[in-house]
Amino acid sequence: MLWLALHFPSLSLEVFSRGSAAAGPLAVSEKLGNRSCVTACNEAASACGIRPGMPVAAAQALAAALIVRARDPVAEQESLAGLAAWAGRFTPAVSLQLPDGLLLEIGSCLSLHRGLDNLLGQVRSGLSEMGYAFTHACAPTPHGAWLLALAGMETAIRASAQLEQMLAALPVRLLAQPQEILASLEMVGAHTLGDCLRLPRAGVARRFGQALLNELDRALGRLPEAREFFMPPPSFERRLELPAQVHEAEALLFAARRLLPELEGFLNLRQAGVQELELICCHEDVPDTVLKLGFVQPTRAVDRMLLLLRETLGRTRLSAPVHTIMLNARHIVPLAASSADMFQDGVEEGDVNLLLERLRIRLGKEAVHGIAPAADHRPEQASRHCEAGDDAASPGNLQRPLWLLPKPLPCQEGQLALKTGPERIESGWWDGRDVARDYYVAQGRNGSRLWVYCDRVSGAWFVHGLFA
Amino acid sequence: MNASLDQVLQHPGIWRGDQLAQTGEDALPTGFAELDELLPGGGWPRGALTEILVEREGIGELRLLLPALARVSEQSGWQAWVAPPHVPYAPALAAAGVKLKQLLVAQPQSAADAWWTAEQALRSGACSAVLAWLSTPDERRMRRLQLGAESGRAWGILFRSASAAQERSLAALRLRLEATADGLAVHILKRRGGHVSKPVLVDLQQTHGVRRARPSVPPLSVVQLPREAARS
Repeated sequence: MLWLALHFPSLSLEVFSRGSAAAGPLAVSEKLGNRSCVTACNEAASACGIRPGMPVAAAQALAAALIVRARDPVAEQESLAGLAAWAGRFTPAVSLQLPDGLLLEIGSCLSLHRGLDNLLGQVRSGLSEMGYAFTHACAPTPHGAWLLALAGMETAIRASAQLEQMLAALPVRLLAQPQEILASLEMVGAHTLGDCLRLPRAGVARRFGQALLNELDRALGRLPEAREFFMPPPSFERRLELPAQVHEAEALLFAARRLLPELEGFLNLRQAGVQELELICCHEDVPDTVLKLGFVQPTRAVDRMLLLLRETLGRTRLSAPVHTIMLNARHIVPLAASSADMFQDGVEEGDVNLLLERLRIRLGKEAVHGIAPAADHRPEQASRHCEAGDDAASPGNLQRPLWLLPKPLPCQEGQLALKTGPERIESGWWDGRDVARDYYVAQGRNGSRLWVYCDRVSGAWFVHGLFA
Repeated sequence: MNASLDQVLQHPGIWRGDQLAQTGEDALPTGFAELDELLPGGGWPRGALTEILVEREGIGELRLLLPALARVSEQSGWQAWVAPPHVPYAPALAAAGVKLKQLLVAQPQSAADAWWTAEQALRSGACSAVLAWLSTPDERRMRRLQLGAESGRAWGILFRSASAAQERSLAALRLRLEATADGLAVHILKRRGGHVSKPVLVDLQQTHGVRRARPSVPPLSVVQLPREAARS
C-alpha cells in the first residue's frame, strides 16, 4: 500500500478566488464570538500587511480594495468532493480527509501511470489547472502520509522504518487531538511525535487518553486504518462563483476550465461519458443563459469539451454580466475506456465527430447531414436526409442523375434531344403527393445531360435532374 | 548516357524539364487512364486544391470525379460536400460506388460560412475529399483553404465557373471542362510540372451506367418544348 496525501492549505480562499485569473486582495473571515477575524488571505492581501487572525475592520483599514468573504464550509466541502472526483482519474481508491485534504491509494496503480514521478507530475499540472495550491506526501500508511503532507514535507516514503524516523521529527500540533491535550503535551516537554513515542505507553494512555496512542499507532502502521472511499454522485453538478462579474467569453472559458477536469475525473470514476453538457451562466436580474453542448458520441475528453465550449461561447450573446457558472451533466452513459495503441502512437487520425460537432455549432443542426436512399419510386422521396454516418446500404439506381433539382424547372424554349425513355413513374396516391410522370434522359444543346419528365396530368415538361 | 550519370539523374532532388513534378503526397487515380497520364503523380493531388471550371452544369463534372470518390469510399475515407447547388442524389451516388455512410453534406447559409466550413473540413484531417461550391473567392480565403488541405492531407475540389479561367489561382491543379460531341474535353490550365496545351478527351461512359446502356442509339425523337409538345 502506498498512500498519497494531498493537503489544500488555502482551500477556504480558493473557493472564492479560483474562478478568475486576476487576483485582487481577498480575505476570508470567520466569526469568533462577536467579532469577525481574517482566517486566510491571498498574496495580494499579505502584501498589504494583512495577516490571519487580524480583525476584519483592521484589515479593511490596511487595504481599501480588500474583498472580505465569509467562510463558506459548504462550498469547501463541494470543492473537496469535486477534487475527489477529479482524483478518480488516478485511482478508484480516493478518500476524503475533511475538511481540506484527500488521500489516494496509489500503490496499486503506479505502473499504470508509469511511476510515481510521472503521477505526481500529472497531479501537479492538474491541480494548478484547476487553481488549487497543495502540499503532498507519500507514505505506506494513510495517516502517516497525511501528517507529512500537513507538515509540508514533500517526500515519498516507502519503507516503514523510514516512516517512523520522518514522523518522529514532526511537531505534535499536527495531531488531530483536542487543543488541551496538545497543550499539555507541550508542557511536559513532548514537542515532537518522537518525544511522545519515547514516553511510557501506559502513562501516556492514562494522562492523555487512548485516542492519542491510537492516532500515533495508525500513523506508524501498528494499527490498521479502515478508510471510507469516495463514491461519486449519480450525476455531475458543480457551481463556481466568480470573484467578480464577467461578460467576456474568455473569462467564462477560464472559469469553465477550472471545472472541466473535475468532470473528466468524475466520468472516469463512473466509467461513463456525456453526450450532452449544460453550462449555465447565472445573471443578476435577468434569467440565466443556458448553453447546451451536444456531442455526436459520448465523450469524456476535456479538450473536446473545451473546444466546443469555446465555439459555443463565441457565438453566444450574453444578456448581462455573469456572477456564477454551473456545469451540469445530467445524463451520463456508460463508456469504456479506449486502450492506447501500442504502435500507432502519435499518428492522429482526424475525428469526423469533432468536425460534425463544430460545423453544427456554427451552421445549425439541420445544415449538416448525411444522405441515404429510401425505398420509394418517387424521385423526390427516394433520397432523404439522415444523420451523417448512418449506415444505409443500398444498391442504388444507375438510371438516376447525380443532381436532383429540389424544384423541377419548367423546360425553357428550345430543343431537347430525348435519348432514352420513357420510364413511367406513377406512385404516391396514398399521401397526397402522387406523381404520374414519364421520365426521359435528354441531351441539352450545350452538351449537358438532363433528366426531364412529362407530367401526364398537365402534359407540361420539366427538368428534374442533371447528369452532372 | 553513361551509367553513373544516369544514377545521378535519378536523385529525387534533380528535376528535369521534361518530367512531371514529383509530389510528396500520393495521388488519387482518376480512373481515366488518359487523364492520369497527364497529371503529376498519376492522379488527383492529395493535400492540395483542385479547381474545376465548368462552362455549364451537367456536362459531366461530377462523373469525372466519381471513380476517385468511390475509391475514397473504398479506403473508408469521408467526403464532405460543402454548399452543393442542388440535391446530391443518393440513389445515383450509391450506384456509382460511393459509400453514403461516409458522406457529409453541409449547407451553410452565407458565403463566409461556406468558406469556413470548407476550411474546417479540409483542415480536420477527417475528410479525404472535400467538394465545395464557393462564391466570391479572394487570395486570402484561397490560401487558407490551401493550407487547410495541406495540413489535413485532403483532396480539395472547388467548382467554379469557366469565366474564372483568366484569374490567378493558388490551386495546384486547374481544369476546364468542355462538352464536345466526342465526349468531355478536359483542358489542363495549370498543373505542377509544365504546361499542357492540348485538351484530353475523357470517355465518361466507361464509368457511368446511364450512357453505357446504349452508347450509339440515335435520338428517339426530337421534341419542341414546351408549348408544342404540350398541346400535341
